[in-house]
Amino acid sequence: MVTIVGSAAVLERGDPMAEGSVEQAHVQAPPEGFLRRYVFSLDHKVIGKQYYGLALASVFTGMLLSWLMRIHLVWPAARIPGLELLSKGGAPGGIITPEYYLSLLTMHGTLMVFFVLTNAPFAAFGNYFLPIQIGAEDMAFPRFNMMSFWTTFAAWLVLMLAFFIPDGPPISGWTSYAPLSAVGRDAGPGMEYGMSLWGISIALFCIGSLLGALNFIATTLDLRARGMTLMRMPLSTWAWFITSCIALLAFAVLLPACILLILDRHAGTSFFIPAGLVISDRVQPHAGGSPLLWQHLFWFFGHPEVYIAILPSMGIISHILVNSLRKPLLSHKVVIYSMMSIGFLSYMVWGHHMFLSGMNPTSALAFSFPTLTITIPATVLVLIWLGSLYGARIQINSASLFALGFISMFVAGGVSGFFLAQPSIDIYLHATYFVVGHFHMVMGVASLFGVFAGTYFWFSKMTGRMMDETLGKLHFWITFIGTYCIFMPFHYLGLIGNVRRYQSFVDDFMAPYIGWHKFITVCALLTGAGQLIFLYNLIYSRFKGKPAAENPWNATSLEWSIPSPPPWNNFGGKHPVVYHDPYQYGVKGSKGDFVMQDSPEQVIVSGD
Amino acid sequence: MGKLLAIVLLIIALASAYPIVTNMFELPKDISTHGHAIDEQIKDTMLEAGFSFLGAQLVLAFFVWSFTGRKEGSPLKNFPGGARILVIAAFVLVGTEILALGVMGQKAWANVYFTSPAPGALQVQAQAEQFAFYFRYPGPDGQFGTIHPEKIDEGNQNYFGLDPANDVAARDDIVSGQLVVPVNREVQLLMHAKDVGHSFYVRELRIQQDFVPGLDLSLHFTATEIGKYEIVCTQLCGLGHYNMKAYLNVMSQEDYDNWQKEQSAQ
Repeated sequence: MVTIVGSAAVLERGDPMAEGSVEQAHVQAPPEGFLRRYVFSLDHKVIGKQYYGLALASVFTGMLLSWLMRIHLVWPAARIPGLELLSKGGAPGGIITPEYYLSLLTMHGTLMVFFVLTNAPFAAFGNYFLPIQIGAEDMAFPRFNMMSFWTTFAAWLVLMLAFFIPDGPPISGWTSYAPLSAVGRDAGPGMEYGMSLWGISIALFCIGSLLGALNFIATTLDLRARGMTLMRMPLSTWAWFITSCIALLAFAVLLPACILLILDRHAGTSFFIPAGLVISDRVQPHAGGSPLLWQHLFWFFGHPEVYIAILPSMGIISHILVNSLRKPLLSHKVVIYSMMSIGFLSYMVWGHHMFLSGMNPTSALAFSFPTLTITIPATVLVLIWLGSLYGARIQINSASLFALGFISMFVAGGVSGFFLAQPSIDIYLHATYFVVGHFHMVMGVASLFGVFAGTYFWFSKMTGRMMDETLGKLHFWITFIGTYCIFMPFHYLGLIGNVRRYQSFVDDFMAPYIGWHKFITVCALLTGAGQLIFLYNLIYSRFKGKPAAENPWNATSLEWSIPSPPPWNNFGGKHPVVYHDPYQYGVKGSKGDFVMQDSPEQVIVSGD
Repeated sequence: MGKLLAIVLLIIALASAYPIVTNMFELPKDISTHGHAIDEQIKDTMLEAGFSFLGAQLVLAFFVWSFTGRKEGSPLKNFPGGARILVIAAFVLVGTEILALGVMGQKAWANVYFTSPAPGALQVQAQAEQFAFYFRYPGPDGQFGTIHPEKIDEGNQNYFGLDPANDVAARDDIVSGQLVVPVNREVQLLMHAKDVGHSFYVRELRIQQDFVPGLDLSLHFTATEIGKYEIVCTQLCGLGHYNMKAYLNVMSQEDYDNWQKEQSAQ
């Protein structure tokens, strides 16, 4: 006899068999031919892997750029062999010029924020696992899905093209503040064509992300399997769903901003350029625009973007953490509501990037308060994670190490937000290395820890092979200790007033602190080199790893109920039925201390 | 390996706190009348942030130490009080923390931005451009000449685009590459960008303010110590950004008057 615990909702939900689109999908045969299978594939799993590959290419490029910057900062005369081949003007004889440093900085930021932090935790893993975790055969709009990847890929190509044109990449930073970004050639090298490529690339990226976000939302709302109520969705799916809601609104603002920027540059409009500017001895033929408009539009996107980067990782590490604790989190709902509050508040705080921009000083107070308020849901999350560790049987593996490391990193980067959220302190710390340390830790490294955790956890499902655990752990130790050594000192240097975005420390007071910068550079080189272990592990395990079982982690969610790697239509034409909350761990199940979501058996001890 | 993670977490937490506790990275000396409020605010925030950081890392380390490597079948426990107590704790602790910081911090902010300069404040115009700062004093007549962007001519040192031939007020304007101010006298800086966005940052003054093209912004401060301090640009303004700096020269009133005379004579 089958007993269903706490699942009245199963009966309330309509029968998905009646919804035609789902039915029709699996009447089709798997695609044949190389192009349809591997390149222009409509399969969300292939698209997820494509996003992952693009993020991987971007993250190593971005890391290489950061190496060049770090080397140049402490050994300005260092000759980097071969760099002159990439840019004759930017690195004559392999020695980086001040303007090329800014090019590297701009490209590093753009690649990392857009093509890594948005693509990897959200688009890559979300595409691969969101449909499977809710029991769907594919995304709601497979063609949109394919388009969103290929638009993003085009965006990447356009951006990378900037390295190879004579003008070089733009030099105005990833925030591209107007009017520097809007006036064209007069603003310096890279600002004539390179900057236009940046604008086109980001506009394309926005289109790709909008299509992706729409698809995620529709899929989550419409294609859940029978019994998969919203509250039964795993936390990772919740995080992707909330993130796609944020992305839908955020990229919808950045897209027009980029279009206006391109118009200012090429159509003679003046959205962002006021009258009377004299640049390179030329009175600019513009009047009536406002540089603050760009800042408002950019940060209206830019701050939610921080949460687009971090929320999916929060979901991923929660999903993995529960599995390694062997018991549910203290509260499933509180985690979901906290992530929702973070998403909601993320729209009310963009002005904290602009405390010193000359906007009305009263609005600084209005932006400061919600910024501080975000600390509350963030603290709730951290406390729930910490409290859930209590009394658990924590399993240590590469995935759970990165998940635990995520908590540490998120707290370390998060507390410095206390400072920057206060306009009075921001007067002193704005545009110093303190800010660089803050956002690298909380948004960059923490988010990447989620990606690493997700990779070690899901690799077996994606490829059918296990990753090497020894190499994985080694990778964790190097990355965890290394990133602390790099980004903690950034905070300290910020306190003494070390200004960011300088290619050289020309200020007199900096002389005694150059040693710290050398230390950071050495750590960055070592930690970066440690990432090659990860790359090796990825490639080696893909071909030579131990074959993976269906459910190597004794996990409960739907992705572990199907073969590794999953067949073309995920569930082999069957429709999974969901009977339980996602994390039935620490119970007496037929297979061990867990009961899978689609198992009709009775749960003896309910965890929630 | 769980125990090792706990130890590493402990070491990281203590090592991160060490430079702060021992004050290895001291803020530069404050030479302004408003800066002490900002410094206080930084100290208070450091205390609260440090406490949160250490608390979270140590609890994480302790739990990881205690609950890894447990035998199969050892009993699972739940945190006493469950999620409810943690949510309440977050709201109460963090809520009071941000209220306290928020309210106190607004005072320091208000000191800088919600007070008007005294009527007798010394007015100086600051112009930021790629990649230099120029400062203009109104001269004996107390009037600034009008700026004509089309007359700007760096070669002939007409940085502001003045037109002394037709503009009487412009004739006695003093233009200088350094910001010279008398000690203990309030200065109102009228900020003007010639080309792109820049920023005015003097660490010792605890002042940082963007120059925004098209916006006339102003800030005011009183320097309390004679000396020479660096003014740096903190808004990415192009290829020479890193090298865009000038000096703030705080002089005694006497030296300042002499300097003004010298400049006028030129």
